[in-house]
Amino acid sequence: MAEDKKGENKYSIIIPTYNERLNIALIIYLVFKHLKDFNFEVIVVDDGSPDGTQDIVKQLQQVYGEDHILLRPRAKKLGLGTAYVHGLKHASGNFVVIMDADLSHHPKYLPSFIKKQIETGASIVTGTRYVTGGGVHGWNLMRKLTSRGANVLAQTLLWPGVSDLTGSFRLYRKSALEDIISSVVSKGYVFQMEMIVRATRKGYHIEEVPITFVDRVYGSSKLGGSEIVEYLKGLLYLLVTT
Amino acid sequence: MKHIVKIMAILVAISAFWIGLLQAAVIPESYTWLLPLYFIVSLGCYGLLMVGVGLMQFPTCPQEAVLLQQDIREAKDFMKKNGVDIGPD
Repeated sequence: MAEDKKGENKYSIIIPTYNERLNIALIIYLVFKHLKDFNFEVIVVDDGSPDGTQDIVKQLQQVYGEDHILLRPRAKKLGLGTAYVHGLKHASGNFVVIMDADLSHHPKYLPSFIKKQIETGASIVTGTRYVTGGGVHGWNLMRKLTSRGANVLAQTLLWPGVSDLTGSFRLYRKSALEDIISSVVSKGYVFQMEMIVRATRKGYHIEEVPITFVDRVYGSSKLGGSEIVEYLKGLLYLLVTT
Repeated sequence: MKHIVKIMAILVAISAFWIGLLQAAVIPESYTWLLPLYFIVSLGCYGLLMVGVGLMQFPTCPQEAVLLQQDIREAKDFMKKNGVDIGPD
């Protein structure tokens, strides 16, 4: 009965890490706590962290079993987009979840992503912070203002079809992710936005679920002047290429 | 069709309508000349309004930060029990 309930779907959770020694342990504990009713594997793509992230993952493999936690490291920091491509190569599930390792994405929302996908048959379920039930904690007024401004600009110009463009907590049908990621060229901040806009243009069925986002790195605003310029360049790029 | 083409098409349609108004002279010409200005101003107002409304209704979740701390404590206890060396806090 227990096996029956788990169903046929398998979820590969790809988590890129760089110096996330403590967080990766916490996140894996929480993933196992919240996904015990599902078939899944966690794929940690570590970019040669000097803080011993990989040692921790190996210890966790002893606790949880090597078939549930896969460590697929790379020699050095090579960027987020290629980390997903790398992880995807080793994914055995028919669905793939991508999430950040810094615990701003809480694994407790994974069941709602899965439930939404099963209910709607969507190819992509994306987490959104900007609806009822969602939210952000730990942002100052400036950060909120930039975020809202960027969002209004993108909604007006791009018509992306989703309310949270830069959120990166998403569930993909594996074939959809492979298809979309092969046509994405942006790096860094714009990468997540390009992924979802290309998915919309390709006509994939996208659904949203509310998530909360707790920013634990207080004070260090990731949105400086150069990020805003990058964002605007990304917006322009998406306008003319999608 | 590239997205920029769609937006251009809309702008061209609006311009065509405006030129039509100028030609047909159903409303006084001096008003018609001001219409593009009104259009740009209202677009700007729309943007500011949306940002303002978005800011006022910005959903926050302070309780989630507390819950996360509980989860972190729970996870740390589990790691200690299972001999995973997560190091000092």
